[in-house]
Amino acid sequence: MPNKKTIDEKTVKHVARLSRINLSKEEVSLYQRQLADILGYINKLNELDTKDTLPTSHPLGNLKNVFRKDTVKKSLSAEDVLKNAPARKDDFFKVPKIIE
Amino acid sequence: MKDYEIVIGLEAHVQLLTQSKVFCGCSTKFGLAPNSSTCPVCLGLPGALPVLNEKAFLHAIKTALALKCRIQDIIKFDRKNYYYPDLPKNFQISQYDKPLAYNGYLEIEHNNAKKKIRITRVHLEEDAGKLMHDPGKGLSYIDFNRTGIPLLEIVSEPDMRSPDEGSAYLQDLKSILQYLKVSDCNMEEGSLRCDANISVRPKGEGSLGVKAELKNMNSFKAVRDALSYEAERQVELLRKGESVVQETRLWNERKGITELMRTKEETHDYRYFPEPDLVPLTVDKKEIEKIKRSLPELPQAKKKRFTALYGLGKYDAGVLTRDMEISNFFEETIKLFDKPKKIANWLSGDIASILNERKTTIGETRFKPAHLAELLELIRAEEISGKIAKEILPEIFRLGISPKEIVRSKGLKQIKDAGELTSVIDDVLRENKKSIDDYKKGKKNALIFLVGQVMRKTKGRANPKIVNEILKKRLDDGG
Ligand SMILES: [Zn+2]
Repeated sequence: MPNKKTIDEKTVKHVARLSRINLSKEEVSLYQRQLADILGYINKLNELDTKDTLPTSHPLGNLKNVFRKDTVKKSLSAEDVLKNAPARKDDFFKVPKIIE
Repeated sequence: MKDYEIVIGLEAHVQLLTQSKVFCGCSTKFGLAPNSSTCPVCLGLPGALPVLNEKAFLHAIKTALALKCRIQDIIKFDRKNYYYPDLPKNFQISQYDKPLAYNGYLEIEHNNAKKKIRITRVHLEEDAGKLMHDPGKGLSYIDFNRTGIPLLEIVSEPDMRSPDEGSAYLQDLKSILQYLKVSDCNMEEGSLRCDANISVRPKGEGSLGVKAELKNMNSFKAVRDALSYEAERQVELLRKGESVVQETRLWNERKGITELMRTKEETHDYRYFPEPDLVPLTVDKKEIEKIKRSLPELPQAKKKRFTALYGLGKYDAGVLTRDMEISNFFEETIKLFDKPKKIANWLSGDIASILNERKTTIGETRFKPAHLAELLELIRAEEISGKIAKEILPEIFRLGISPKEIVRSKGLKQIKDAGELTSVIDDVLRENKKSIDDYKKGKKNALIFLVGQVMRKTKGRANPKIVNEILKKRLDDGG
């Protein structure tokens, strides 16, 4: 049974804004329900007794201290890098101004 | 201002000295062609995986230990999520709830008083790209070379009570980082950056005032000036019965004021979560002890040793040990010429001026400890005067050749031979009859003037002591 609970509109819009997504009115109400479902499911985990369990910060709990040596490897060429750029100026990425 | 107390906390960002970036093999070299030092990892292309640079990590641990911090039992990285064009992945790999190290302190000495400035946390993160703005065209240009360069963030508690204390803290922090060889701390190239939190409160008030965050201070002077300006601005607001607003302000070096940075309507919500692409780290106690033991002698210990061992005053010892290269140069010179105070004077005087003028460090010049020792020996043996020594100093710096050689080739050796001096003295006495009369009337200054004339005629080469003796004898005998 889907959870009937919803998340308020403001929260959904805030999250959408943080992710730079534009939502239609219908989508906002859809996500109000869907996000509530997800949170409800996650909340189920809170029912577990984790008193004696260390927090898991990483799924590969046994793998630790993986390093690389401080050596320089070949980088990509500016030409290759800028292939992904929607706009460029010389060897710079070009974007709309972001400060006044 | 007198009725108010200033409260300052500093947040330093230090670029760690590595060849390659913190999570990939791209070069960290300064000034490379734009976007020529990036790869799928630091650009955040799909599927690329970061791996931690061991050197950057060791540098971080060393610094944390030198700052008397506790190392976290389990160190992990987190993603700090935000959208800004200088951040190609749309998140920065940083550390949130488990910083690499915490609870340390740095002891500063200011106005002859020692004070502990507590360090809240030290954490490792990656730098963002560099933006250049073209306001006229309404465009910004991005160079991602700096993206992924290892940064150490060092956050202090609000323990400083004046702009001078703030600057002393930063200066001492810089010295420590340089001694550890973990950063070159070049503020102009941005390898040491500093933000400040500052508030004011009426003296005696227990709770903190509303703070402003200051950014864009690119030199020690800027830090001091910005803090002074901002403290006065806040006190002025309170005096007028207005209140300080919590905001971020930028230091405008040209105008000498702090200005409100455009505030975003939405407060930061970084949605930190553990970085799944990097595994946790632990440093066992034995390893920590080993690193602690391997730490070099730090500025404060060296300063103490310099006062005790060489009989230098606190001030001299402080000036010499602030810069590791200078302190090493001093000790190398002492091995060759055993007059600490003389060496200290030259290093903090004429030599410091030359380095300042050329914006360089002593290690980068051709001037070596043997040169200074030889120069001082020439003065001691009265081969040359102090004045001549000062005059040839820039040349030794420039050419890297021995002072003896310069003195010989330029014929600068002091004239001590009485016979040789007598003819010059004869000339001077003939040309300055009035001074002779003055002297005889009891004006002792006339003698100094006459000695000066002889020095001038010999271009500073005459031995002033001998000139003085001969002149005095001649004048007294003549009277
Ligand atoms: Zn890279």
